Amino acid sequence: MSERTDYLDLDTKDETFLDATELVLNMGPQHPSTHGVLRVILKLDGEKVLGTECVIGYLHRGVEKIAENRTYAMFNPYVDRMDYVAAVSNGLGYCEAVEKLQNVEAPPRAQYIRVILTELCRIASHQVWLGTHALDIGALTPLFYCFRDREEILKIFEKYCGARLTTHAFRIGGCIYETYDGFEQDCLKFCDAFLPKLDEYEELLTTNRIWVRRTRGVGILKPEDCIALGVTGPVLRASGVKWDLRKAQPYECYNKFDFEIPTGLNGDTYDRYLVRIEEMRQAVRIIRQAVDGLPQGPIMAKIPKVLKPPVGEIYHSIEAPKGELGYFIVSDGSTQPYRVRVRPPSFVNLQALDKMVRGLLVADVVAVIGTLDIVLGEVDR
Amino acid sequence: MAVPEETKDPNPVLPESSAPASPAAKPADALATADKPIASAAPAAAAKPATPEAAPTVAKAAAPAAAKPAAPAAKPAPKPEGPKPEPWDSELVRSLKSQYGSGIREASTYVGQKYLVVDSSIVYEILLRMRDDELFDYCVDITAVHYPKREAQFDIVYILYSFHHNQRVRIKTQIKDGATLRSVVGIWETANWLEREIYDMFGIGFSGHPDLKRILLPDGWKGYPLRKDYPILQQDTEWVKANLGIESGQ
Repeated sequence: MSERTDYLDLDTKDETFLDATELVLNMGPQHPSTHGVLRVILKLDGEKVLGTECVIGYLHRGVEKIAENRTYAMFNPYVDRMDYVAAVSNGLGYCEAVEKLQNVEAPPRAQYIRVILTELCRIASHQVWLGTHALDIGALTPLFYCFRDREEILKIFEKYCGARLTTHAFRIGGCIYETYDGFEQDCLKFCDAFLPKLDEYEELLTTNRIWVRRTRGVGILKPEDCIALGVTGPVLRASGVKWDLRKAQPYECYNKFDFEIPTGLNGDTYDRYLVRIEEMRQAVRIIRQAVDGLPQGPIMAKIPKVLKPPVGEIYHSIEAPKGELGYFIVSDGSTQPYRVRVRPPSFVNLQALDKMVRGLLVADVVAVIGTLDIVLGEVDR
Repeated sequence: MAVPEETKDPNPVLPESSAPASPAAKPADALATADKPIASAAPAAAAKPATPEAAPTVAKAAAPAAAKPAAPAAKPAPKPEGPKPEPWDSELVRSLKSQYGSGIREASTYVGQKYLVVDSSIVYEILLRMRDDELFDYCVDITAVHYPKREAQFDIVYILYSFHHNQRVRIKTQIKDGATLRSVVGIWETANWLEREIYDMFGIGFSGHPDLKRILLPDGWKGYPLRKDYPILQQDTEWVKANLGIESGQ
């Protein structure tokens, strides 16, 4: 590999720069706490972080280029491979964007199925986050609890569409699979069983003195910084900005459900933890309402077999578990998209890392990477 | 692996997608004239040895040609036209137009989404104004689209959102290959990585960017993959050989 040399002049203009004790430390790309192949070059003064630089792209697969060489339907499974712990959300965003371009809308039953699965996926994604985040900080048990309970969600996915992780659950125009017998009961059973388990997670962590000391006041992001940096999702809400695309610009049938948007006060790692825990509770609320109101009817809109959306361009975004996931699609009227741009929440949120860790200790860097909840498959695409 | 060989079919999808149309087309053609199947086969044959640059356009021309003979049987009614952009008129547009005149080339909405097309010389001023005066404080995304046949080859698209108005607006501008745009990192910090990605994928420069270098691809990589003249299987063979010690990444 060609070694980088340019990091040596990293931030030499920084006022806190002390060259006598400066140390450059390479974290990753193969490091368990970077949640994938992320390389962070840390510039340290003793154990204090003076500056960081992220080196990304190790998982770059050229998803946007692939899209230009596939038909609209053929590209659909690829989006699952970006944020692979929340594949259902990725698929939802893509299908909706193409539907908007094609000017069709999924039938009500399909919309309800989509909401149920997407909210289950939000819980699963937050469980992976919580388990690994707590593990990074030193709490081993939550990992086992979270993955044990996530299994129930994956079973529902598997029964519904045959796949556990990269589900390809939705199609452009609706859903391709009808719900299986007992789908509603499985969802409700999960909801009933999950809430006490969520309390168990909280018992382990929320008032745990070590957890609180490791997370409170660590990696603070002010709301104005969040907005300037384009940070979205739970990280933005933990800083006190009550903004969620499901409420701000409702898609699917989210305007029919009653749910709250949790926000934090301090914008630190502890608040982001509380916000995500509460989001899981709200997701359970949405799932219950959606299962209760699940209408009968078709699950697929009438769309042509060979999809040729009219010439035009569209930007559509959804509230993925990690933030605003957007698709900018340009159609030239042919069977293949002319350009697909993915606006990945992880990529944009990761940019805030430098601002969050300056002045903290090396151990806090691990906590902050965890709290940002990035998936490198989505950062690199 | 030699690149030209692979680039012969940069779009393996197309022949497959047009394949179901051709068997249906053949009987219909046989009934009509003997010349037609030969005529419809010609563009398909011409598409194969085409240069990589021409491939995307040829492929697009071939697809409707292959679909046409089957069309009368499958759908008798012509497909309704898609939605058209409608003019967008508002106080903001009027004041911008009175200030910049022809610099504002287009103000439209397309399926409810608003966008402005502005001259590249004034785009920085307009973006600054959008943030400060119109409260579009959140830069959602910056991206580019390549149109190799146009004189100004690149569209740069700024997607803005306003928390106050709960509204999205796209600001588009067009620039030529080799031209640079003024970086907007001073307006929105988030533009840093977004502009680096555009530089990485399209080779578009941003003047005044604090750290403009590749972000997803390796530093020494040659070529800009999201340009239309960069086929999907192309790679920087030299880089792969030197750094990975293998003949090809394919």
